[in-house]
Amino acid sequence: MTANHPPIVEAVGLGRDFVLREGPFLRRRKRTVSAVRDVTLSVQPGEIVGYLGPNGAGKSSTMKMLTGILTPSSGRVRVTGLEPSRERTRLASRIGVVFGQRTTLWWDLPLRDSLGLTRHMYRVPAADHARRLAELTDLLELGPFLATPVRQLSLGQRMRGDLTAALLHGPRLLVLDEPTIGLDVVSKSAIREFLLRLNAEEGTTILLTTHDLGDVERLCRRVVVIDHGRLAYDGDLPGLRASVPTPRVLVVDLAAPAPPIEVPGGRCVRVEGPRQWVELSANPASVISEVTQRHDVADLTLREPDIEHVVAALYRGAVPSRD
Amino acid sequence: MAEPLTIRALRPPRAYVRLAWTWCRALAQYPTSLVLLTVFVSLGALTEMSGVLIVFGHAGELAGFGVHEGLLVYGLSATAFGCADMLMGSVERLGRHIRSGAFDTMLIRPVPTLVLLATDQFTPRRLGKVVPAAGALAVALVACDVDWTPARVLALPALLVSATALCCAVWVAGACVQFVLPEAHVAANSLTYGGQALTEYPLAVYGREVVRSVTFVVPLAFVSWQPALFLLGRPDPTGLPDALRFAPPVAAVLMCSVAALCWRAGLRRYRSTGS
Repeated sequence: MTANHPPIVEAVGLGRDFVLREGPFLRRRKRTVSAVRDVTLSVQPGEIVGYLGPNGAGKSSTMKMLTGILTPSSGRVRVTGLEPSRERTRLASRIGVVFGQRTTLWWDLPLRDSLGLTRHMYRVPAADHARRLAELTDLLELGPFLATPVRQLSLGQRMRGDLTAALLHGPRLLVLDEPTIGLDVVSKSAIREFLLRLNAEEGTTILLTTHDLGDVERLCRRVVVIDHGRLAYDGDLPGLRASVPTPRVLVVDLAAPAPPIEVPGGRCVRVEGPRQWVELSANPASVISEVTQRHDVADLTLREPDIEHVVAALYRGAVPSRD
Repeated sequence: MAEPLTIRALRPPRAYVRLAWTWCRALAQYPTSLVLLTVFVSLGALTEMSGVLIVFGHAGELAGFGVHEGLLVYGLSATAFGCADMLMGSVERLGRHIRSGAFDTMLIRPVPTLVLLATDQFTPRRLGKVVPAAGALAVALVACDVDWTPARVLALPALLVSATALCCAVWVAGACVQFVLPEAHVAANSLTYGGQALTEYPLAVYGREVVRSVTFVVPLAFVSWQPALFLLGRPDPTGLPDALRFAPPVAAVLMCSVAALCWRAGLRRYRSTGS
């Protein structure tokens, strides 16, 4: 994106502390825990950014500061040019927020009424609402359950309803907190395709937290990893892979069970009958030719390290943070 | 924002009505249950009212107040608390919403959070409290020997609005304690329901200290006691200056300001739940 657009999200030195009181009643001590420390982050219009981290790393706290739910303890943050905690209500009409774990819809109302109510809250003109609802109904296939009370919807249906509610007012930024949690493969993929399309066609900026690395691989050109409240990585997905030494693995199916393969540039890490896993430390081509020369090979596959292992390695502190 | 201030000022009440109406429509799916619950609520209100009548029936007179004057005090108090309960009673579920995370979903809406909280599960069955109370008030106003000067006629709606606003403010301020202590609605109820029970009787029966504290600390005296003195044109038997009876609007504005400050402070301090 061009530099003359102001960033959608700009955080500088953002931090949030929580004061915990612990111990028995009379000997209570205060302890300050930093959920988020010194996070500096800038998101340009049109980006899809995945915000990753283990449980308790500070993902949700960051999202809550960006949406104005939590007031930061330190640092500055601007979202669409507004200061979230001070201008929360104004900001709310410019962004859409979806919590995967809980619905923002009205439990007892039919989905259509819930969506109608959001129209009034966001003051969307009736014609725009009708047009957009028709579009989203079509894209997310809401038709069959528009008249169903929200409490009777399946998780996947409810998620699509929540997405619709968050998008009816045409927000510039969509914040998703674990949008695919608990969904089956089909629903997950439907939601991912929808988000990609939304980003491509309307230029909606998307910021999502997730534990689902399928989401990341499919959606995010940019990944931000947070660990213990600090930024551990900010960059693209190949860069994240390269930053952690997780070697590629050659899976060899031999014609018959054999002792562990020993070749230069490869180390056998696992044997299961005729199948062996060889961790590569050299150019795969040379290792493959060595293996095929020395052994009777039925099949070969080369496995890229999946992002899950990369992130796990990053959490374990395999790489120091960049600064 | 180029919109006139009046339109912006009217937005929260309009949002309130819209949300409340939606909840009513949702409830209307189960009409029998709604009607039955409303009947039960009004039976409760009638029981309370007959309590007042029985006390006055036995005692004849309390602190110089006969049964009709007593009913007037009851009517003023129960109408104001009933309206406040209907309008703002839902705020006492704040702690529950915070724990379930539902409060977070209210904070991301472009509508004042207090409006969302107050309209959550809005139910017309609370009218079951307001209607009998208003009926009692009407009967008392006719039965009592009120000298209906133009000032009194004009003051009556102002007194009722002030009293309702005061009760709403008590409800909101009480709910704000739950930002700090999520189980505090029990403590807040001592002011809300307790306050109602207290103000249903002429305050003079409780003695001087109680009257002073509900005049100057938590100004519940302006819900029913001072308005009743004004309508009946009586001197204050506890010896407080008569000028106080003109103060209910002032007390309402003050108490609402306190409640607004509590609410803002609570939101700033809000910690959300881990998820």
